[in-house]
Amino acid sequence: MPEIVLSAAPAHLRHGSTIGQPLTRRDGILKVSGGARFAADNHPPGMLYAVLAVSSIARGRVALLDVAAAKAHPGVVEIMTSANKPPLALDPDAKTNPFMRRLELLQNDRVRYANQPIAVVIAETLEAATEGAALLSPRYEEEAPRARLDAAESFVPPAVGVGQPSETEIGDVEAGLARSSRRIEATYETPTQFHNPMEPHAIVAAWDGDTLTVDTPSQGLAMAQARIAGLFGIPAENILIRSPFLGGGFGCKGLFTGPQVLGIMAARLVGRPVKLVLRREQMFGPVGHRAPTRQTLRLATSADGALLALSHHTRTASSTFDDFFEPASDVSHTLYASPAIRTSYEAVRLDTGTPTFMRAPGEASGSIALESAIDEMAEACGMDPLAFRLRNYAELEPISGKPFSSKALRACYAEGAERFGWQARPLKPREMCDASGLLVGWGVGTATFPALMFQGQARAVIRKDGTGIVETGAEDMGQGAWTALAQIAADGLGLSLEQMEFRSGSSDLPDAGIAGGSAHTATAGMAIAGAGAEAIAKLAALATGDERSALFGAGNAGVIARGGRLFRRDDESRSESYADILNRAGLAEIEGRGSSAADPVAQANYAMHAHGAVFAEVKVDPELGQIRVTRLVGAFAAGRIINPRLVRSQYYGGMIWGVSFALHEHGAFDSRSGRPMNPNLGEYHVPVNADIPSIEAILVAEEDRHVNALGIKGVGEIAITGTAGAVANAVWHATGRRIRRFPITLERLTEPLPR
Amino acid sequence: MNRFDYVRPATFAEAIAAASEPGAAYLAGGTNLLDLMKGGVVRPGRLVDVSRLPGLGAIEWLADGGVRIGALVRNADLAHDPEFARRFPAVAEALLSGASAQLRNMATVGGNLLQRTRCAYFYDVAGACNKRQPGAGCEARGGETRNAAVLGWSEHCIATHPSDFCVALVALDAVVEIAGKRGERAVPLEGFHRLPGETPEQESVLEPGELIIAVRLPAEAASFSRHVRYLKIRDRTSFAFAVASAAAALRIEQGAIVAARIALGGVAPKPWRARLAERTLIGVGPDRPHFDRAAAAALADARPSGDNAFKIELAHRIVARALALAAAGTPARLPALPASPFAPVAGVLHA
Ligand SMILES: Cc1cc2nc3c(=O)[nH]c(=O)nc-3n(C[C@H](O)[C@H](O)[C@H](O)COP(=O)(O)OP(=O)(O)OC[C@H]3O[C@@H](n4cnc5c(N)ncnc54)[C@H](O)[C@@H]3O)c2cc1C
Ligand code: SF4
Repeated sequence: MPEIVLSAAPAHLRHGSTIGQPLTRRDGILKVSGGARFAADNHPPGMLYAVLAVSSIARGRVALLDVAAAKAHPGVVEIMTSANKPPLALDPDAKTNPFMRRLELLQNDRVRYANQPIAVVIAETLEAATEGAALLSPRYEEEAPRARLDAAESFVPPAVGVGQPSETEIGDVEAGLARSSRRIEATYETPTQFHNPMEPHAIVAAWDGDTLTVDTPSQGLAMAQARIAGLFGIPAENILIRSPFLGGGFGCKGLFTGPQVLGIMAARLVGRPVKLVLRREQMFGPVGHRAPTRQTLRLATSADGALLALSHHTRTASSTFDDFFEPASDVSHTLYASPAIRTSYEAVRLDTGTPTFMRAPGEASGSIALESAIDEMAEACGMDPLAFRLRNYAELEPISGKPFSSKALRACYAEGAERFGWQARPLKPREMCDASGLLVGWGVGTATFPALMFQGQARAVIRKDGTGIVETGAEDMGQGAWTALAQIAADGLGLSLEQMEFRSGSSDLPDAGIAGGSAHTATAGMAIAGAGAEAIAKLAALATGDERSALFGAGNAGVIARGGRLFRRDDESRSESYADILNRAGLAEIEGRGSSAADPVAQANYAMHAHGAVFAEVKVDPELGQIRVTRLVGAFAAGRIINPRLVRSQYYGGMIWGVSFALHEHGAFDSRSGRPMNPNLGEYHVPVNADIPSIEAILVAEEDRHVNALGIKGVGEIAITGTAGAVANAVWHATGRRIRRFPITLERLTEPLPR
Repeated sequence: MNRFDYVRPATFAEAIAAASEPGAAYLAGGTNLLDLMKGGVVRPGRLVDVSRLPGLGAIEWLADGGVRIGALVRNADLAHDPEFARRFPAVAEALLSGASAQLRNMATVGGNLLQRTRCAYFYDVAGACNKRQPGAGCEARGGETRNAAVLGWSEHCIATHPSDFCVALVALDAVVEIAGKRGERAVPLEGFHRLPGETPEQESVLEPGELIIAVRLPAEAASFSRHVRYLKIRDRTSFAFAVASAAAALRIEQGAIVAARIALGGVAPKPWRARLAERTLIGVGPDRPHFDRAAAAALADARPSGDNAFKIELAHRIVARALALAAAGTPARLPALPASPFAPVAGVLHA
């Protein structure tokens, strides 16, 4: 284990549980002082630097690489190409489960997208490797790339997202549409987006015979370990992956990527440790993106504004060689009550890298379209958009008819609207102006995200000195797993944070599942709680069965674990410390194991989602078109809150991504070459501080008895949804212009002036 | 990155001699040059680091009321110099509207003048670019052209000059002081950058080895200080290049404009002075119809170079708005969001 010294928790704010307390990040001081060691900070002795050479064409084949010129460059040690790459045990194009990407590992000379790795240059210095890569001067046989959503024939994908059906219908949508005089039909477009975590994919790989040590950021350690094991034909136990800190992931560090494998192959080829770090522009291709969508929504209501039909059709794209279809329509399954709902998909194949999970995959892109359409429908009904949403509030999950495990969305609407001052909103657009003459608009959007759970495991130990250890291979992408999971661990063992050590971020620990789907706290947390409970149960069995113990005979009354002692539940004056129990039993330690998984019975009977309501104010300069989001208020209900400070910052982050979705993010491609044209953070815009002058997140109380025993839903992705639509709706309210192509840029808002 | 020599000359003469060799480049703050080198966009064989050359770091007030700004003065230091900001508020505003605080702390006056275009195809070394490789062709044409020029471009290059600082400077008749093998010379900034024509790779009048040593603003430039603004439209509120921008300066006496200066940014291959437009304002009142007429004159020769016709209309509006802002009076304090339409100035839209 690398030395990771977390900050001591502050003196307890209150007695009792650690869960629920707003602790600051325990890795915070390490991060701000440079003490947190990220993957690329590792420099094992003898390490070489590897740099990818990537394709500048999007489709065709590599005809020639000037390997001799690159190799002759001083400092260059080796060039890895398809000719000399180490053998693999598995075809990189094999796909045995949906959580697996087909990879470009120099298997042949084909180029399937721009920025695809075509060789790896390994050198004594980063500079030499970089120049070596330039000296390869590739020649290509180029074919015309397909770069736009219209560039190919569409087909109906067999499934979208992860195995979700590409067509779903309840009721009769066409009949509903035909029956109503109030209908809208609108088409919305969302662009290609790139995850762009601050930390690029990086790997430091060191082989020792057939064992491998890897430092690399990963949102799923066990999955990564299995992927490497399969590709190199070695047992998973031979592979140690350390990933204590991720500089952001957003989905692109979920499935193991080609460049990471190439780093391991390079180390094998040269027989020395190798470090490979992607350049920012190389993040625009081989590590996934959010696919563009074109979504057509058709809605109809009765005369009093009740939805009669909702149809959500998405055209999206995957790569030519692998499948990931952004499940944008599915958000319409769960949000608004309608007797008839239909979701459907078509897709094209483009010469791009394969898209993947990105910050609320499907929910974010689908939500901005659905929330815009709901607003358009409210307008057509002459209704306030919030009133319209309440009119169509779903008491049961519309697509399944199941009750919700919990749903405090009404409270979210009410508390958010109150805080924002929504009731003062004029119904018509373009009625509000500030003192400088800027147009002001208010918009609302509903946030939603499923409460998922994966499988995870954890181990808890109580030692004879009364302290504890909890271990699970969780991943902290910055969201605060080091802190929140430790809080759960402390409560599970009945110890304070100071009395226990929390170990995480490494593949030799129990598999904590993936940090994705906003499910990590629930998944890892339930495993941790289970491990703690088992350790405590074993301890209790020792004590209650031992006549020398103050707890002897507690039997059915049971015990409570708190502050390092067990107490008789029916008589708290009788207690004993963990240390005393273990020492008397002559045990050095006692161990508990826990595992977690979604409860199939609860899943069969309940729909499980987190919800929220986001209110946005924008200002628009009517002549110049420049837009600014001047106020954001979000109210979210997501079950049990483990750490309100961390949760609030997740909501802030999500809301900012929502602004980013509505107004900024856009991966530009040249349609002739298929190359990304803004592959850097100077031109691929995300909001800066000046774009977010005021942001508030309200934590709405919600108790959920069904999602899991801890009552935890996810908070990581939900706030993107709702926010993006709220911003778009506010732009309409400010200007009277409904922009259906995202991001909304200023030239779409500048209006012709009478002159 | 290619291998290169690195020299750190002690005198102008040494610097000029070292930089006169083919393939040599001056290095100042490095915020532009090093990025370009890392991307393989430029591959100098020798870097002549002038960042420690003595005598280039001062802001000197001249006897006649003008100012001489050493080429190594940092963008941030210049903008935050109280006397400079008082006399040339729009220049300070333009500087502070550019890049980020970190970049402005590093970037120098000379480097800002000579920063290269942000044309995406210039950066994309796999594509053809006449600036990178004379005669190779221009891949920007017919491509993603939202950011391309609408004034002064040629068939050979449609890129814009990205500087904010230069726009305010050129409006105020700044002069560039240059040292070279044959001694020193001074060139008005308006004539310093070249239009692309058939040789887009030649971006300025500098001869090989010539070094910018200072930028001068004449005393007259300060006479506009009560009515001078820089306005910049961008895709986010801060830390973005201009989609289009304008500097406007007025001298108003007894309700009539007696002198006017207008320049545009983000729309042309060089900081674009609009002299014809200025003339339309002499003798008229500072009101919107006149500003619109001036704006129309400034854009009279504009034509789209691709999918960017919106910029012509946008630039028109920015010029008119910048004039209205200037007429309304320079704010007593620099706005917290420099050059932004969101800097609150009551009543301006209706001026
Ligand atoms: C992310 C990003 C955003 C930016 N945003 C903006 C913006 O919004 N607005 C804006 O105006 N600018 C912006 N900039 C550009 C920034 O202003 C320039 O990079 C900076 O001014 C260059 O100055 P420097 O001293 O670092 O120049 P260097 O990088 O050192 O040099 C730039 C060029 O000038 C030459 N040079 C430097 N000094 C001299 C001299 N004395 N004599 C002769 N030649 C010389 C060099 O050889 C080189 O060709 C941005 C830059 C970045 C990286
Ligand atoms: S516009 Fe100019 S800089 Fe851009 S590709 Fe063409 S020649 Fe090069």
